[in-house]
Amino acid sequence: MKNKKEVGMTLIVKTITRLTVGLILLYGIYIVLHGHISPGGGFAGGVIIALSFIHLMLAFGKEATLKKLSQTASSIIESLGALMFLSIALLGFLGGYFFFNFFLHKGSPFALFSAGIIPLCNIAISLKVGAGLFAIFAALVLFRGLGEKE
Amino acid sequence: MELQLLLLFMIFAAIVAVQIEDLLSSVIAVGAVGLGLSLVFLILKAPDLAITQLVVEILCLIILIRATINKDLALVRDGRWFFNTASTLLFIALFLIFAYFALQELPHFGQPIMRVAQEYINTGLAKTGATNIVAAIILDFRGYDTLGEATILFTAVMGVLAVIRKVGRINEK
Amino acid sequence: MSVYILCLVLFCIGLYAVLRKRNLIKIIIGLGIIEYAVNLFFVLIGYRQHGRAPILAKDQVILNMVDPLPQALVLTSIVIGLAVTALIVAIAIRLYEKYGTFDITKIRRLRG
Repeated sequence: MKNKKEVGMTLIVKTITRLTVGLILLYGIYIVLHGHISPGGGFAGGVIIALSFIHLMLAFGKEATLKKLSQTASSIIESLGALMFLSIALLGFLGGYFFFNFFLHKGSPFALFSAGIIPLCNIAISLKVGAGLFAIFAALVLFRGLGEKE
Repeated sequence: MELQLLLLFMIFAAIVAVQIEDLLSSVIAVGAVGLGLSLVFLILKAPDLAITQLVVEILCLIILIRATINKDLALVRDGRWFFNTASTLLFIALFLIFAYFALQELPHFGQPIMRVAQEYINTGLAKTGATNIVAAIILDFRGYDTLGEATILFTAVMGVLAVIRKVGRINEK
Repeated sequence: MSVYILCLVLFCIGLYAVLRKRNLIKIIIGLGIIEYAVNLFFVLIGYRQHGRAPILAKDQVILNMVDPLPQALVLTSIVIGLAVTALIVAIAIRLYEKYGTFDITKIRRLRG
């Protein structure tokens, strides 16, 4: 049966969303990766990545977005982010402490590959925050209680 | 000077958000308070916080608007309204008076005692190699707190999914 | 000194909304305002007059930075506040679905 109902928003919103949602995702990744050089870090970048997926869901409706990033996939990515952060912390046992910055050669300042474990921790935090906030939003929007059936 | 002006704007927007009866308008007024707070963070020389507060405020607005879709009728005042409001205002005035005396003990605004932070600033680049001192603090000097924060986020996501999941999931029509 | 008093007045407005309002959404809004005021108070304590942002620049020796320690603490607090707000909104949606109203004086029955 063909779906004749229009889901999501109007045509103007959908066209603009197609153009900008990739740029928002790219900007979020940029803020995460440069977290140790310029302001930002894992938390702000993770929220921006979640906002790009929420933008997609608001403009195109929930079925089209859940095909791109299903709820199972987002919970797996969130758990992976938390486990990655914890394992980076536990690897400090190699040096005798917890959370030890075990890269002995810290690189030169202002370069992208510097500062030991800090970029890796930023990536782990951003995966966790982004996937977690998208899962919260998907659950709140998809909720249809008994009183809302009509 | 602009700090006081922005704070007065935030107070005015907060009073509007609390007193107005339409739920959608009060949620938008809370959005104005949050965006004003982001500007204040920028004036106080905290760029990390300004970026984070801006995007978190937008997400908080979207979630709050989802909650106010189910509108409710206007509420009537019950019998003991005058006594309740007067006692609440009295308590708040008492709190502000005691807070004024307690605030005399703080250092002056603009001259912080940076005993621990001076160590972090002096040895931050040499020990961690990061040029963003705030990132070096939250991920290297005080990594435990970030681990606790990640746990809180995880628990909150689990809590939301557990509360929502009970009855009426995706209704496949 | 006056900025501290203004920040505490913002806190008191949120406190008034939590204590006196009957609509559940107004209580959530009051909690949000309290959280903004507390974060602002932390960052106000760490401000230095004519200070600079705590980020090193190339080939410059910066002597007067603002205090970076309160900023590090507030950074995680902002994201935690968002997660708590989402949890409270989820509970409020379930309460509306069960009782049909947001009025807290009517949400007192123990049986469903």
